[in-house]
Amino acid sequence: MAEQDFTRAALEEHLAAGRLMGVRCPSCQGLSAVPRAPCPACRGTDLQWVELSGRGTVVGFTVVHVPPTPLCAAGYGRDNPYAAAVVRLAEGPWITARLVGVDASRPETIRVGMPVRVEFLREGTRTVLAFRPEG
Amino acid sequence: MKRLARGVCLVGAGVGKFGAFPRKDSRDLFVEAVGELVASVDRGLDPGDIEALFLGNYSSDLFEHQGHLAPIVAHWVGLTPRAAVRVEDACASGGVALRQAVVAVASGLYDVVLAGGVERMTALPTEAVTDALATAGDALYEFPAGFTFPGFYAAMATAYAARYGMPYEALTAVARKNHDNGALNDKAQFGMTIREIMARRVAKARERGGPVPAWEDEREFLRDPAANPVVAWPLRLFDCSPITDGAAAVLVVAEEVARRYTDRPVRVLGTGQASDAALYGREELTSLRAAREAAAQAYAMAGVAPSRIRVAEVHDCFTIAEVLAVEDLGFFPPGQGWRAALDGETARDGRIPVNTSGGLKAKGHPVGASGVAQVVELWKQLRGEAGPRQLPGEVDLALAHNVGGTGQTCVVHILGRG
Repeated sequence: MAEQDFTRAALEEHLAAGRLMGVRCPSCQGLSAVPRAPCPACRGTDLQWVELSGRGTVVGFTVVHVPPTPLCAAGYGRDNPYAAAVVRLAEGPWITARLVGVDASRPETIRVGMPVRVEFLREGTRTVLAFRPEG
Repeated sequence: MKRLARGVCLVGAGVGKFGAFPRKDSRDLFVEAVGELVASVDRGLDPGDIEALFLGNYSSDLFEHQGHLAPIVAHWVGLTPRAAVRVEDACASGGVALRQAVVAVASGLYDVVLAGGVERMTALPTEAVTDALATAGDALYEFPAGFTFPGFYAAMATAYAARYGMPYEALTAVARKNHDNGALNDKAQFGMTIREIMARRVAKARERGGPVPAWEDEREFLRDPAANPVVAWPLRLFDCSPITDGAAAVLVVAEEVARRYTDRPVRVLGTGQASDAALYGREELTSLRAAREAAAQAYAMAGVAPSRIRVAEVHDCFTIAEVLAVEDLGFFPPGQGWRAALDGETARDGRIPVNTSGGLKAKGHPVGASGVAQVVELWKQLRGEAGPRQLPGEVDLALAHNVGGTGQTCVVHILGRG
């Protein structure tokens, strides 16, 4: 049953459909942007998928000039760096994601605390979670 | 409060030369470290006394295409058929291997155990090493986002700078201090001050007949994007520990047999270890909860306060990591750690000398060996055998802080003079 499947595979299906989903635990109200069962806080098993607003703020970020192999193959590198961030979602939980719509050549223009909004990047067959500065 | 069931001492310690050695495999590196260890045992060691090996190794599988490393290494150092255990907790593998050896001896199961660590990293190209190290993060939710290992610590640096007003350039003080110390360590991969590195580059440019760089001082050198390129902004090359081959080992024994080997053992006074979630499971990026927890356990077991520690080896895989470490260990209040190296407080003549060995930054960071190599340095400092970098005066209490991943594992040991 899809509703009971709190796995990465299930999350990726949601992302591919353009939905940012989290997992809520009705017993302790714990909310996670990364699906897992049981609830890490109270060990409850009666979990639910909930759609998240996709709004958040940057907690910390980087601009990567020396990428791992798959991103080198995708054309990133010293001459084409990309940004990644830890984002605190409006509903509370944190998630790691790509940061787009920023000037990676001028990292001093990217700010901790910057409001961002979710975006779904297509990379090959995969949907990669990303955020873009609001406004 | 947790205590060891019986006293545990270190009676020997050795570290091989750190660097890039295309002709040496893990087993060769470990043999070299054990050679120095055997020579360090005051009353001599019959290798037949060693009852088990705990070997810290992060990923011989990825780096050398060699799994099941512990029995092979045990065979190479003549321990077969003794029990041989590989311990993997990313860059904390060595510190955790030591802790497992301490626990095994304290339990009464063994009296004499070899704790070691080894990593051979330079056989792969940099991108492949970047991939291998990134597997210490979260392969499902961090790696696809584009995070690399320097990237994780870079994110911590931006969060720290935003919270406490640290200028990024302050981080270079950590690199300068650790290179100053590494210049006095003949086992270091970069046994050179940053000034010496600059002079070497100038000499090489002259030799080649190309344009000769004219840096005014270290600051200008470190600001030069050609000399110090960005790896993961705001971290540059000189904020990062290098890719290293190396090994280290210590001999862990029950207190009651220590005098068989030496009149000057080093006592294990405290040990602590804790775990944490990947970055998305944290509450802050400006401190490592596992480090605070492991330190609290070790301080409580040893019955000492942070202010009593005379020297510390901390996990400076990146310059920002040393800043977080000196705060998490209670040497400096939150938000003040970035000033420590800048103000000379963590230099060899400072209030709390940190990374007298050169740290991971200058000595090198063969990941599975680093936690053990830290303890080898402290063993030397406590026994007055650290040569040109020996601290003056009485060195009676020392602390080692070893981090795995982005702080998902942290292990802390407090050592005292026997």
